[in-house]
Amino acid sequence: MRDALSDTLVLARRSLLRIPRAPDLLLAFTVQPIMFTLLFVYVFGGAIKTPGYDYVDFLIPGIVVQTISFGGFVTALGLAEDLKRGLIDRFRSLPMARSAVLAGRTLADVALNCLSLAVLISVGLLAGFNFSSPPHEVAAGILLMLLFGYAFSWIFALMGLTASSPEAAQSLGFIAIFPLTFASSAFVPVDSMPSWLQAFAEINPFTVTVDAMRALFVDAEAENSVWGALAWTIGLIAVFAPLAVRRYRHAVSV
Amino acid sequence: MASETAIEALELQKSYGDVAALRGIDLHASAGSVLGLLGPNGAGKTTAVRILTTLLPPDAGTARVAGLDVVADAAELRSRIGLAGQYAAVDENLTGHENLEMVGRLYHLGRATSRGRADELLERFELTDASKRLVRTYSGGMRRRLDLAAALVARPPVLFLDEPTTGLDPRSRIGLWETIEARVAAGTTVLLTTQYLDEADRLADRIAVIDDGRVIAEGTSDELKDRVGGERLEVRIGHDCSVQDALSALSPIASDAPSVEQLTVRAPIQKSAGTIAEAVRRLDDAGVWIDDIAIRRPTLDDVFLALTGHAAEEPLAGDEEQAAA
Repeated sequence: MRDALSDTLVLARRSLLRIPRAPDLLLAFTVQPIMFTLLFVYVFGGAIKTPGYDYVDFLIPGIVVQTISFGGFVTALGLAEDLKRGLIDRFRSLPMARSAVLAGRTLADVALNCLSLAVLISVGLLAGFNFSSPPHEVAAGILLMLLFGYAFSWIFALMGLTASSPEAAQSLGFIAIFPLTFASSAFVPVDSMPSWLQAFAEINPFTVTVDAMRALFVDAEAENSVWGALAWTIGLIAVFAPLAVRRYRHAVSV
Repeated sequence: MASETAIEALELQKSYGDVAALRGIDLHASAGSVLGLLGPNGAGKTTAVRILTTLLPPDAGTARVAGLDVVADAAELRSRIGLAGQYAAVDENLTGHENLEMVGRLYHLGRATSRGRADELLERFELTDASKRLVRTYSGGMRRRLDLAAALVARPPVLFLDEPTTGLDPRSRIGLWETIEARVAAGTTVLLTTQYLDEADRLADRIAVIDDGRVIAEGTSDELKDRVGGERLEVRIGHDCSVQDALSALSPIASDAPSVEQLTVRAPIQKSAGTIAEAVRRLDDAGVWIDDIAIRRPTLDDVFLALTGHAAEEPLAGDEEQAAA
């Protein structure tokens, strides 16, 4: 058990060391969310009606959820590269915990997600966003986001080990998740959508998570969304972490 | 004593879907020896290495490495083996030192020991000057050396090298061979796969020739060569000379019927001492000009051709592909 933890930390450190050394990845965590925020606030925002909210207050919780859900792409990319380069073979031949390679990467993603949250919230505040809920709820929102991002890291881990190449892993992630984030309450109120899409958006886990974040950041009505989001998050980890580890145990470089 | 057998595989079988990679192979290497698995691409060498290093379970058959079963004792076995693959499995975005330290930590050697071991290996592999540089700035040869160093971090008694020199330039190859020889001299058992005959010839104590998932021959390099016959006298005669004259001149000194290919006559011989002088004298008496004359020992190329009916070395394109990967 102690070995498993130390293996995980050794590998998390390895993943983090990559960031300053291949800084192109950093763009995804900084420039991309800034672009999205500015695009929606200043370009689309004026045309989107969000009764009861300034658009920037409506948008930030949504864009935070969207950005965080993609944080795990570093894991998909990294694992696909490790497979291609034969590193997975080396790791699997070492006497370390079977979960450590994936646990290390997903843990490193949490650190990266902290960075992207900081960037997003700063840009939001500059664009006029206001936290209108008590600090402990804001803190709970941030923790929920880190956990939510962690769940998606495991989904990306499975993709990275399944995809045929690093490029494929990356586009697979975008194709699978991008539409889901738009067909949710993240950018527009769900009731502005056609009814068939509304039906989908209402059961989309992104909607319940965005609603939870609105409750925690800008004091929107919570109903059961916070618990719903937590349940989704834990459910995703419970399903995808074992699937990814199982996949890893049989993964060999080609 | 059982511990004297470092690698023992019995009837290993493995298929990927409908494709049989291993059709029941037996392997044996005693402690401190080098076993070479020689065969073309796709013969099943890498699959055998993956089973022996616990990366893949066999469909049937059993294997023990360092006295441990590769399936039942897989977890324990991993601390006794080192693996260096076809591609240098090192992290591009870490320095040489960080790579080795990481591997040491993952063998649970502890931080201080891992660092000390990294320094030691970097020095031995002449990478000390590059130890603080990111691996992505390393040359192909340097990466392979680092990869081999990583396989040695925990001083494993059994080392698996899967085509360690594929894609390397000749100088780096020889350097790597010397390193492997030094490990063997220090008592390490090595299983080496290669598609290079000269590599198996130089490094391996025993060679298992693998083709299409089967061991088609096994023995020392000399034993394998004996299977295709002993030494031969090879004479290339001048353009306007008669092959028939050359044949009748050489037949008395041949141990078996000579063969002819265009202007080259090949005659199996029993002893090499004095043969060339004798052959020259006879050919001269028969008025046959000699373009070239030599005694040839059979190479593993000949062995492979004789055993499988096709050459061992893949066309060059295959090698380049691997080098680029």
